[in-house]
Parts: sequence; C-alpha cells; structure tokens
Amino acid sequence: MAAIVTAEGLQKSFARRGSASPPVLDGLDLELEEGAVLALLGPNGAGKTTTVRILSTLLRPDAGRATVAGFDVVREARQVRQIISLTGQQVAVDDKQSGAENLTMMGRLAHLPRRVVRERVAELLTAFDLSHAAHRQVGTWSGGMRRRLDLAAGLLTRPRVMFLDEPTTGLDPRSRQALWDVVRGVVDEGTSVFLTTQYLEEADRLAQRVALVDGGRIVAEGTPAQLKRQVGEAGVELTFATASDADRVAPALGVATVDGTRVRVPTDGSVGHVRAVLSAVEAAGPVPEHWEVRAPSLDDVFLTLTGHVGQESPARTAEVAA
Amino acid sequence: MTYLLSDVSTMAARSLRLVSRDLDAMITAVVLPVVILLMFVLVFGGAVDIGTDYINYVTPGVILLAAGFGAANTALAVEHDMSSGMVDRLRSMPMTAWTVLSGHVVASLVKNLATTAIVFGVSMAIGFRPEASVLEWLAAVGMILLFVGWITWLAALVGVLVRSPDAAGGFTFFVMFLPYVSSAFVPVDTLPSWLRGFAEHQPVTPVIETVRSLLSGGVPTAADPVGVAVLAVGWCLGLGLVFAVAAGLAFRARR
Ligand SMILES: Nc1ncnc2c1ncn2[C@@H]1O[C@H](COP(=O)(O)OP(=O)(O)OP(=O)(O)O)[C@@H](O)[C@H]1O
Ligand SMILES: [Mg+2]
Repeated sequence: MAAIVTAEGLQKSFARRGSASPPVLDGLDLELEEGAVLALLGPNGAGKTTTVRILSTLLRPDAGRATVAGFDVVREARQVRQIISLTGQQVAVDDKQSGAENLTMMGRLAHLPRRVVRERVAELLTAFDLSHAAHRQVGTWSGGMRRRLDLAAGLLTRPRVMFLDEPTTGLDPRSRQALWDVVRGVVDEGTSVFLTTQYLEEADRLAQRVALVDGGRIVAEGTPAQLKRQVGEAGVELTFATASDADRVAPALGVATVDGTRVRVPTDGSVGHVRAVLSAVEAAGPVPEHWEVRAPSLDDVFLTLTGHVGQESPARTAEVAA
Repeated sequence: MTYLLSDVSTMAARSLRLVSRDLDAMITAVVLPVVILLMFVLVFGGAVDIGTDYINYVTPGVILLAAGFGAANTALAVEHDMSSGMVDRLRSMPMTAWTVLSGHVVASLVKNLATTAIVFGVSMAIGFRPEASVLEWLAAVGMILLFVGWITWLAALVGVLVRSPDAAGGFTFFVMFLPYVSSAFVPVDTLPSWLRGFAEHQPVTPVIETVRSLLSGGVPTAADPVGVAVLAVGWCLGLGLVFAVAAGLAFRARR
C-alpha cells in the first residue's frame, strides 16, 4: 500500500539565539500507510505535538520534508488543508455554543454547502451519541462528550487523513473505550489516522504500526506485538519496605533490584508461575509491602529501548525551572 | 473571495453569539456604563462647572469609556482563541484563519452600538437634551463606532501578542487611562499643564469634541468643529488601519 503521510529528516528547534536547548525534532522520519492507523508514542515533551503541528501545516520545519497525499506540507499547504483534519491536544470547541452550533460553524468554515452541513451535523451528532445534548451549551457537557464533539468537528468533511493529538488523555476508561470505537469506525470508512499517545495500550488497541519517539527521533518502529516482544512480557512486581529486604529477595529470584526497594520478575502470567515466584519470595524471608502482576508499561518500553525512563526533555524541564 | 466573505460572516456570527452569552461581557456593555453615567452625573455633576448641565457634557465620554472596557473583553476573547487550540484548528482548515479576529471586531461594534443606545437612552431620561438632526445623530454614532473600531483592533493585537489571560486583562488599564486624560470628563484647560499637552493631542479629545458639537445641547464647542472632526476621523481611521494590519501580521507570525 502507498504511504499517505511521509516525513523525512524533520528538524525543529525553538531555541532562541544564545540559549543552548537541544532541538525538539532531530531528524524524525516516519510513514503512515493509506487506510491505516499509526501511533506516535512518547512521553511528555518528546516532540509529538510538534510533529503533528508540522504535518498539519501549522508549523514549518527548520529542515526536512513532509508530505500528505503527495502534497508538500509547506509549499502546498492549501491542498493539504483540503484533505486533512486536526483534533489537537486541547479540546477546541466553544463552551458558549451548543454542540449543533459548534458543528454547524465548522461545516460553514469548511465551505460545505448549507444543506450538506445540516445533514452531516445531524448524522455526526447521532453517530457520536450526542443528539440528546445537541442544543445545550457545550460548557455543561462532560469531558468525554466534549472530546467526542471535538472529534466530530474534524469529520464533517470526511477527511482523508485525520490527526489526533492525545485524544484520550484525561478521559475515564469508559469514555476512552467509546472514543476508540469512534476511531475504528472512522478507519472503516477509509480515513487514515495519525495518532499520538502516551499509552502503549491505546497504540496496541488502535494502531497497525507504532513509532516510538524520544529526543526528537524515532527510536523504534513496528507493530505493537513486535515492540512488546522487545520489552519482554508481564512481570511480578514486589515492593519492599527497605532496600536491604529487596537485596535479600532479588538473588533468590535470579534478578537485580529496580530503584532499590523494587524487584521485578518476568512472568508469562500463568497461575503456576506466579505461585512459584511468590513461594520463592516467602522462602527468602522478607515480606513485601505490596505486589502485583503488571503488563509492560510505556516506562518499561522506554527503559528497554532507550536506556532511560521516559522523562521530560531537557528543554521542557528548563522551561519549568525558569 | 466568496469564501472570504462567508468566513468573515461565519466568524462574526460566532463572536456575536459568544458575546451575547457571556455574562461578564454583557454586564460590562450594559450595566457598567449606566452605573458610571449615574455616578458622574450625580456625584461629580455638582462640582464641575462648565456652563451647562454636566450631563450634556459627560454623556459621550461615558460611551467611549465603556468602549474601552469592552475592548478588554475582546483582548481576552482573542487570547483565549489563540491559546485554546481554536486557532490551531482553524489554521488546519482551508478557510482564512485571521477572520477569527475580524469576527471579534464586528461583535465589538455591535455590542458597543447597543451600549451607545442604552447610555443615550438613560442619559436622556435623566436630563440630557441633545439638539441634533437625524443626520447629526448618525454622524455622532458613526464617530463613536470609528473610535470603537480602532480600539478593538488594538485589543485584537494585544490578544494575539500576549501569552496569558492576565496580560490580556492588563490592557484594561491602558484603555481606562485614555478617556480620563482627555476632555471627556473635564475641560482640558483644567488639567495640569504637563497632562494638558497629552490630553490635547490624543485621539479621544477630538472624538469627544466632535460628538459634542454634533449633538450640541448647549455645550461650548470647539472654534473649528470641522477641523476637529477631520482630525478625529483621521486619528480613528489611521490607528484602525495600523492596528488591523499589525494584528493580521502578528497573527500570521505567531505560531
Ligand atoms: N512554541 C514553542 N516554543 C518553545 N518551545 C516549544 C514550543 N512548542 C513546543 N516547545 C517545546 O518543545 C518540546 C516538545 O514539545 P511537544 O509539545 O512537541 O511535546 P509532546 O510530545 O507533545 O509532549 P506532551 O506529551 O506533553 O504533549 C517541549 O520541550 C516544549 O517545551
Ligand atoms: Mg503534546
């Protein structure tokens, strides 16, 4: 299949002259295939939003090239804007307008004929389960409803590519599930989706391919299964009151401690294996304060693939300190 | 081009809707000017001697003061659009994104038209006696709207440039200051000389003088009303143009 979004060697720095903050994007390459979902996965400050802003024509890269459906995002921004939609990290709807008013406005601004706007708005309100609140001001809606409206606003034109920047951050599990269903429906209708997220699980559920971004570059790319295999399986995690307790248990399990008081043993999650691990812990003596079986997290992915725990980039940290 | 007009009108309709549902903005536009008018007339009215009823003198000034307060609301609204992701979304669409600014300006003009009607209404109910033909009334309202226009474009520029709602709110200080140091509330020659120079050469004074001579009502008017009117219109159009272009450029530059 052909690529509908490409980026080659994207560079972007926000450093002012005289300051030495590192570039936010430092040679970022990626590709989204037509009809597929690509998840750009990374911690705070990794450069996800910056990437989305460049691909959606809001920001010019310092160097490198990006295209959407063959159009250059800088030189042919106008053509690109005809076929994309952007749902940014913040919900961009007016609290003081009703849901229907918000969507109608966006339809007018997308230059759709009035009749089409009316039909599409009704269609989307129903599809996103918002009809019951359509004529209430959005300021009175729940976070999940607002996010769904935000997404609907991006779908009025049936875009070929949809950019979603952390669409489920801050949503409860049920709203998140509902939003995933919506995204799957969009993909079924033929839209390609470029998604950023901090959650491995989200990438896993939605995306055919996952690109891991750190320090402004892609550090790993593949199917969710491939990435998880690189990280390893789930683990039994034990937390002890003191480091010396952890030090006594870890050798008995054949692993090293993590963070002094934590011990992590890889497991396939079967009852037999977990019981065996716990028996070994009991035999070693110290009683853990807390234990759980945990699937690999984004932190684990990062730890494994980059050698450091996913952390805020130096630029972001400096900004907070300033 | 046809799309530009449709974008302008869609954004104007949006801003009007937002303003009409914003309690703060409505209080600023409707209640506050009336309170200020009553305060000036009832509290200061007896103390200021300008050879006519103070209400005849002060009414136009109250309207311009209200325009200043309203402009602060515009700065806040623009700042919110810039930082809330709304402008990002508009920029990713095939529309003309800066029309979001002209939308706020149109809404401000309509809002101030309502303020003007209400202040004149209340003022006439408590004793303001203008003597003006229909044409003079229209000219006076046009003068007021020209003033509102430039100050709103300045507010839009401020909204684009600042990085926080607090900074946008700080704009209120500036726009409050201008009418006070003009002939809006007291004759300029009662000001200390170092302020007088500024008061005589800032845009509020000729605008006020022009509105007063159009509505007369026994207020002593300037020696050369036509010259003052030309100066007032020149100020407003010039500043309006400068700030509109600056706001547009700043909007394009701010990423
Ligand atoms: N306009 C800007 N001016 C200066 N620095 C910026 C600007 N935009 C982003 N940055 C910096 O670039 C870095 C990457 O930001 P970006 O928003 O792309 O990260 P992100 O991966 O989206 O993070 P998050 O998960 O927090 O949304 C951060 O250090 C941020 O402070
Ligand atoms: Mg982000």
